[in-house]
Amino acid sequence: MSTIEHAGDLPAWAALAVSFFLVIGAGLTLIGTIGFTRLPTFYERIHAPTLGTSWGTGGIVMASMIFFTVLSTRLVVHEILIGIFVTVTTPVTLMLLARAALHRDRAEGNPEVPAEAPVEPAGEAEQPAPAE
Amino acid sequence: MSHMILAWSVTIAQIMLALAMALAAIRMSRGPRAQDRVLALDTLYVNSMLLLMVFGIRTGKVIYFEASLVIGMLGFVATVALAKFLMRGEVVE
Repeated sequence: MSTIEHAGDLPAWAALAVSFFLVIGAGLTLIGTIGFTRLPTFYERIHAPTLGTSWGTGGIVMASMIFFTVLSTRLVVHEILIGIFVTVTTPVTLMLLARAALHRDRAEGNPEVPAEAPVEPAGEAEQPAPAE
Repeated sequence: MSHMILAWSVTIAQIMLALAMALAAIRMSRGPRAQDRVLALDTLYVNSMLLLMVFGIRTGKVIYFEASLVIGMLGFVATVALAKFLMRGEVVE
């Protein structure tokens, strides 16, 4: 295994920090995906890949930020855009997907999902608050 | 010494992310229902985004960062559209 050529003047502490965050991020992503492959039901499986979108992305973004900041001797923080973007979009996509799956399971009458909450009668819901 | 540790950890991270992509692909081909396949596609998008960032560290080029940003945005839009399709049976009503 040869060394990385363009990292010639990277100090040792930065190389160690980058290595640490890279292995943490990639390892947590792998653990999350293993869970995604092995868990038995969809509603359990949907939790597992979020390990990759939280600490996986965080670790690799942090490694990239440290690496380019130390190497170019100026502050490089544009990787944080990816971190913010993934943090904002993952709950949106997964909640939409979980609602779609729940809708499909209820439409099929699957007994393993909870039934829909009973809807309040329209007249009761529209009733105005009593006057003071 | 520390540079060798860096090179090794970049390689290990690439291997781990490739393995994660392979597992997501297995779930996508095997997944019993459509929502499993959509979730596997989303996981595949996130893993490839991270793999491109590790490529950026390995080669020292900033172009990989832009590519991974584009992949992240495409993954978000694709997963939202597919979830809408699963919910309604059509994307644009």
